[in-house]
Amino acid sequence: MSETQSNRRLVGKLVLTVFGMFGFGFLMVPLYDVMCDALGINGKTSGTAYQQEVEQIDSSRTLRVQFVATRAEGMSWDFGPEAEQLSLHPGETREMLFLAHNPTDRPMVAQAIPSVSPSIAAAYFHKTECFCFTQQVLQPGESVEMPVRFIVDPAVPAQVKHLTLAYTLFDVSERMPDKLAAAQAQAH
Amino acid sequence: MLRAAITWPVGLSLSVLGAQASAEWGVNMRRGVTEVSQSVFDLHMTIFWICVVIGIVVFGVMFWSMLMHRKSEDSKPATFHEHLGVEILWTVIPLAILIVMAIPATKTLIDIYDADEADIDILVTGYQWRWQYQYVGEGVSFFSSMSTPRDEIGNVSDKNPNYLLEVDNPLVIPVGKKVRFLVTAADVIHSWWVPDFAVKKDAIPGFINEAWTRVEKPGIYRGQCTELCGKDHGFMPVVVEVLPQDEYDAWMAEQKEAAAKEAELREKDWTLEELVERGEKVYASACASCHQPTGEGLPPMFPALKGSAIVTEDMAQHLDIVLNGVPGTAMAAFGKQLSEVDVAAVITFERNAWGNDTGEMLAPVDVLNAKEGQ
Amino acid sequence: MSAVIDTHHHDHAHGPAKGLMRWVLTTNHKDIGSMYLWFSFAMFLLGGSMAMVIRAELFQPGLQLVQPEFFNQMTTTHGLIMVFGAVMPAFVGLANWMIPLMIGAPDMALPRMNNFSFWLLPMAFGLLVSTLFMEGGGPNFGWTFYAPLSTTYAPPSVTFFIFAIHLAGISSIMGAINIIATILNLRAPGMTLMKMPLFVWTWLITAFLLIAVMPVLAGVVTMMLMDIHFGTSFFNAAGGGDPVMFQHIFWFFGHPEVYIMILPAFGAVSQIIPAFSRKPLFGYTSMVYATAAIAFLSFIVWAHHMFTVGIPITGELFFMYATMLIAVPTGVKVFNWVSTMFRGALTFEAPMLFAVAFVILFTIGGFSGLMLAIAPADFQYHDTYFVVAHFHYVLVPGAIFGIFASAYYWLPKWTGHMYDETLAKTHFWMSFIGMNLAFFPMHFVGLAGMPRRIPDYNVMFANFNMISSVGAFMFGVTQLLFLFIVIKCIKGGKKAAANPWEGAEGLEWTVPSPAPYHTFSTPPEVK
Repeated sequence: MSETQSNRRLVGKLVLTVFGMFGFGFLMVPLYDVMCDALGINGKTSGTAYQQEVEQIDSSRTLRVQFVATRAEGMSWDFGPEAEQLSLHPGETREMLFLAHNPTDRPMVAQAIPSVSPSIAAAYFHKTECFCFTQQVLQPGESVEMPVRFIVDPAVPAQVKHLTLAYTLFDVSERMPDKLAAAQAQAH
Repeated sequence: MLRAAITWPVGLSLSVLGAQASAEWGVNMRRGVTEVSQSVFDLHMTIFWICVVIGIVVFGVMFWSMLMHRKSEDSKPATFHEHLGVEILWTVIPLAILIVMAIPATKTLIDIYDADEADIDILVTGYQWRWQYQYVGEGVSFFSSMSTPRDEIGNVSDKNPNYLLEVDNPLVIPVGKKVRFLVTAADVIHSWWVPDFAVKKDAIPGFINEAWTRVEKPGIYRGQCTELCGKDHGFMPVVVEVLPQDEYDAWMAEQKEAAAKEAELREKDWTLEELVERGEKVYASACASCHQPTGEGLPPMFPALKGSAIVTEDMAQHLDIVLNGVPGTAMAAFGKQLSEVDVAAVITFERNAWGNDTGEMLAPVDVLNAKEGQ
Repeated sequence: MSAVIDTHHHDHAHGPAKGLMRWVLTTNHKDIGSMYLWFSFAMFLLGGSMAMVIRAELFQPGLQLVQPEFFNQMTTTHGLIMVFGAVMPAFVGLANWMIPLMIGAPDMALPRMNNFSFWLLPMAFGLLVSTLFMEGGGPNFGWTFYAPLSTTYAPPSVTFFIFAIHLAGISSIMGAINIIATILNLRAPGMTLMKMPLFVWTWLITAFLLIAVMPVLAGVVTMMLMDIHFGTSFFNAAGGGDPVMFQHIFWFFGHPEVYIMILPAFGAVSQIIPAFSRKPLFGYTSMVYATAAIAFLSFIVWAHHMFTVGIPITGELFFMYATMLIAVPTGVKVFNWVSTMFRGALTFEAPMLFAVAFVILFTIGGFSGLMLAIAPADFQYHDTYFVVAHFHYVLVPGAIFGIFASAYYWLPKWTGHMYDETLAKTHFWMSFIGMNLAFFPMHFVGLAGMPRRIPDYNVMFANFNMISSVGAFMFGVTQLLFLFIVIKCIKGGKKAAANPWEGAEGLEWTVPSPAPYHTFSTPPEVK
């Protein structure tokens, strides 16, 4: 094999590696999500409704669930839970209402992002229904009550005695031009 | 070469002495006031001393060679270039030392990750560039901004001992109680750090992190934001006041009362002068870092208010921007951060400062109406 | 690719072309090596001047010279320029000059690509520096450019910053491909892998690291670009993304990157210490394996940069243990260097002074690295000046002293003249004292609670900051002396023999000094 040929083959392989690693960078995005779901990194919970059968209620344990709400920068809605905490048994299905009000003079689209703490509990926190699965559209001055229904898995580790469910509300009007346009059309 | 031989042992022993005299000289980590901070400190010192011992051995052999095995000393070079036994030994010994270090480190880490029930839960939210503290379940919530006067930063007046480490409203917690911090952010990533508690947690927009502390000693403890968060990253201190339980309870009651008083204040008949006076203070703490004390801003990121059409003419738009922010820019929505009185005051101030002499004023009640009427 | 992978012509016996076009069009490894070295030195001075601005502002508490927004641009561009513009190109320059000479090759394997990869660099850094003059200022989000500060909250110039990173990355990747091809395909007959000089070995491993992680950096900045301009949400929580993921991907690149900056220095020092000890390198084989082990471990420790972001305890423990393990192969290297000196016949010319200082100070940086690896203690150290002290101890006396040592060691080969030893020793001592004055007190202020990347600080940190600034100014000014020494050496000086060092070994010392424009047109015999 001549030097040119061996150079060409080697460079070919190296260039393939480069593209492979570039792809790997992007592959880290779904990989990271898998890791998050498995380990509860960042208190991430599933973005879709929990479908499985409700397990046995474990009435020997009582957990405290707290609800907190944060508005991201630039978000002027009033937003918060109806109550700041409740107690439940693992396996029980419970509901909490979050109240939102748009005080501005323009229609807005919002997205709530949930996060659960402590992170080891995140994988055991199942939402069967949540306003965070979709965006909310509110007309000027409009208010809405938004429910979240959830179950804490009885398999939740024994050291977990309390859970915090936090929502951060983002203004996504600019990111969702279609929804915003529809809302504006409705307003007129 | 003798110089190097002297410099280094001296440098090393200086650093050792430094660690000894740590408390007085402010050259070492603080022991802190919690069980966790003390075990972190012990861990830190253990590893430091292990490193010092290893350093003395390794540098000792090195300096011995440098002094004794010089060509000028007529040293004939040896020719050995490997020795399996020695090489295995100096792989295994460090490994053993590492295991010795890992044991207490693991133990402390498990303590830090304890998820047991807390007595008080506080939601800590980072903003550019202030902190918000919300006592979950108590309905008490406030912002905490740096209170160091601009004159001290600009070297016009002398710096006080708590320069850059002082805030208008410190976080208040009771002594001896387990306090859980739920840490998040509203804009970019911040990091909430109090060295005396050994608590440092990143505040990440959209996500919540958890940390806890149990402070053994009343006092005022100071820290800073430790994640680069933009222009005023260096100017968002954390101050925690730890009070005995009864004083804490009194403070909490006062906070709840103050919220009621706020409503009263809103109904009061304000004069232009009163509002401008109050507004100047609000401006200094909430607005001046971007729009500058001169009102000239830092275009293009932070527009000037001096002579601005919005500030001198359209009052409704002025109010809307202060309350709701400007999407896609650094202008935050202050409607939730400032009281109605403060919003009215700061708008009145802006419309009458720096030659914007409109003579117009905005009453707190109008702010309330605007908020509710929208 | 065929245009790039052209054959080289073994038949030019003539010298370099004349005039400016020699440098624009050259495919000669020595010319390109020199250009890389000059470019990196220019960037070293530029990044250094930014450090001077930073240290001047931090000389006293209070805001004196610059405003916080400009200060942030200085810390950011200082880091970016030093990492991507000064240290990495300097090592590529050394590789270009020395690898063909050390393995008996006539040139690099891909000489035209070599030219192209160099000329991308001035474009990349021209673009980067130009952002400082754009509306809204240059990058102000730290060299680690964490999202969302670098995306949603970034100045408009961030797009140009992204392109600059892309260009610098492409240049590094091409350089790495070239080095791998040269080492694997162009070794003289008889030069087996385990006979290669250590500098060649460490560069081979470094080049593989570059190939593995520079594309990941390209990927992460591409994601930023898409988030900023095309409405994706890789790092934006509002759209279902995650700002912490940015840090994972960034540090997957970033941790191997720090070894990219130090491994070639390991190699260079492993050439220099035996030469001036007049004794063969102790434990050649274990050096090679230790380097490979460090490179491997660098892929599984990235999250130790992120202990405070809220990783589950199992993750913290894994990354803590893995990070601590790096101390083992690194320790092996240090022990080997010390054993090489032990019972040698040592002399202390400038290259040896820098190499010895490298071993001592890098070890100190290693100690603080070990402390930082301990996750619970890292909660106190993280993002304070203790970290700043740590990585400057690893990079200044590590990477940069390694480069100075190499430069003095091979200057006679490059120029045909001996450098001025007295001036070089002055350069060493001034750098050594300045550097320690600048960075040692940073350990103290960091432990005492001073966060990094702040333009102003509490009065309790004032004394040590003033000492740091004085040391930094001293270190900075001293580097102008280095420029003078190099120019003086090029212009003239004592004629250098083919091998000016009594104990130096290797093929590069078998060719005359200065090395002729074309060397090893017929491969040498390796015993």
